[in-house]
Amino acid sequence: MFSAARQTALRQARSSCMRPRVTAPLSRDVAIARLLSTLAVLEQNDGKLNMSSLAAVSAAMKLGGSVTGFVAGSNIKAVADEAAKVEGLEKIIYVDNAAYDRGLPENFAPLLVENIKKGDFTHVFAGHSAFGKNLMPRVAAMLDVQQISDITDIESEDTFVRPIYAGNAILTVQTSDSPKIVTIRGTAFPSGAAQGGSASVEEGVDPKVESLTEWISEDLATSDRPDLATAEKVVSGGRGLKSKEEFDRIMPPLADALGAAIGASRAAVDSGFADNSLQVGQTGKNVAPQLYLCAGISGAIQHLAGMKDSKVIAAINKDADAPIFQIADVGLVGDLFDKVPELTEKLKA
Amino acid sequence: MSGLRILVPVKRVIDYAVKPRVNKAQTAVETTGVKHSMNPFDELSIEEAVRMRERKAPVEDILAFSAGPTKSQDILRTAMAMGADRALHVVEEKTELEPLSVAKILKKVVEDENRNLVILGKQSIDDDANQTGQMLAGLLGWAQATSASKVEIDGDTCTVTREVDGGVETLRAKLPMIITTDLRLNEPRYASLPNIMKAKKKPLVKKTMEDYGIDLTKRLKTVKVTEPPPRQGGGKVDDVDGMISKLKELGAL
Repeated sequence: MFSAARQTALRQARSSCMRPRVTAPLSRDVAIARLLSTLAVLEQNDGKLNMSSLAAVSAAMKLGGSVTGFVAGSNIKAVADEAAKVEGLEKIIYVDNAAYDRGLPENFAPLLVENIKKGDFTHVFAGHSAFGKNLMPRVAAMLDVQQISDITDIESEDTFVRPIYAGNAILTVQTSDSPKIVTIRGTAFPSGAAQGGSASVEEGVDPKVESLTEWISEDLATSDRPDLATAEKVVSGGRGLKSKEEFDRIMPPLADALGAAIGASRAAVDSGFADNSLQVGQTGKNVAPQLYLCAGISGAIQHLAGMKDSKVIAAINKDADAPIFQIADVGLVGDLFDKVPELTEKLKA
Repeated sequence: MSGLRILVPVKRVIDYAVKPRVNKAQTAVETTGVKHSMNPFDELSIEEAVRMRERKAPVEDILAFSAGPTKSQDILRTAMAMGADRALHVVEEKTELEPLSVAKILKKVVEDENRNLVILGKQSIDDDANQTGQMLAGLLGWAQATSASKVEIDGDTCTVTREVDGGVETLRAKLPMIITTDLRLNEPRYASLPNIMKAKKKPLVKKTMEDYGIDLTKRLKTVKVTEPPPRQGGGKVDDVDGMISKLKELGAL
């Protein structure tokens, strides 16, 4: 009884000082914080650290306790050394083996499980990216843990906040599992700084499990625009653009005028106007930029799920009753084929 | 070469077009009197299994599965009207099952029914967890291909194109395996009236949790469910100049 009461009191004390979005440990109880140890699973592509995966580090710093980074792949030492400079990391565990380059869960999951067990971590954090979504539930099942997906806030070491029903409800959930396996919504935590840190670098264990799947090829949309998930500004087009030709004629100049990434609604993607990887919404990407400017998007709940945390939302739509206007900070009723080019010209001027 | 013995798990969820409301006690989303349907991603799974048969892949049978309240049998009938051969329903009225528990039941079903391909939706639109397929693959030690947008079966080799951040990647694996479906995979068919009638005659087996002997103790406790902070629209402007000046005022430009 006593310990349960103390736990609750502790949790309240901790959550009361958790509110501000800072990366410093939020626990004032240093003794407890010291017992927490988080493994942050970092991503790398072709020998480069994926900066958006550092949100897992920021989330771990918010939790408090020690934070260890984990990377695996071929010639990984350079990535490990780069990750060692990430602020907040105490240690980097790396496993140098080309078998892990593609992040295939069939061999990456046993690799993580071995390293989690060896390090005796209380928490394992990874980004809720394609990589994290694919890998972490497999890891969780192997450890007999019920994972918590796509969290947007941390209340205490066992209590997390996550959106459900396409963001129409916010669930606060407490877990009794150990270790706690959690994936992090990147836009809900600061992206982390790749400097100022000086972590030690250490080799991890490699169980060398063969992957059951063979990686054949990839086809990534190349773009010199900012990455959609992390861009400061996003311009997004919907079905109102009518065709791929019009999408390609109207949206890129506006994006360039603003230095923005391009997104699209599911309707635009399904109609073939834009690539799948540009889809914003419940089943696409979640974005939370400073400015989300959309044209020809009505504002279905599945779309709003992916962008309603944007700081400022601006909308151009010819239907004055479109639901998007209920949440837009700035709405302009008009034909996007006139208004968007005019806006592009005036922004350039 | 072995035939495909496909398992398609489906989940009954609040219809995607309904805006969910949080109950007064802030313990859950209100579900009584709300329209429910098959999880949209699960429709894609059924459709893909049926298309495999139509493309002359050696499909032995397609088993639709659901765990949950009695009402879930409606969506199992829908699955059979779309082309599944038979259905298995694990009746569970009391608890809402967590993905790990569902994965554990599915593992037993896979073993009991000698399945070699499981096609699941990538996520259900209620809890948005995106876990069950991966967990099942982990428990079975099978290959997995998640968020599939294209599946090709050649003998016992399966080539899957999957949606990843920034594009697609292609994987190949031998059966048995787990596939989870993404929106681009196909366009699910509507069940025709004759097929709905025929589906009523297809076998639907009911079991209980006790039949599987799985510990259903919940690992997660709901502390509370709240409405997200409402976002207030800032009103409309008359022209492009108005929009630019308002955006500047808000510090977005």
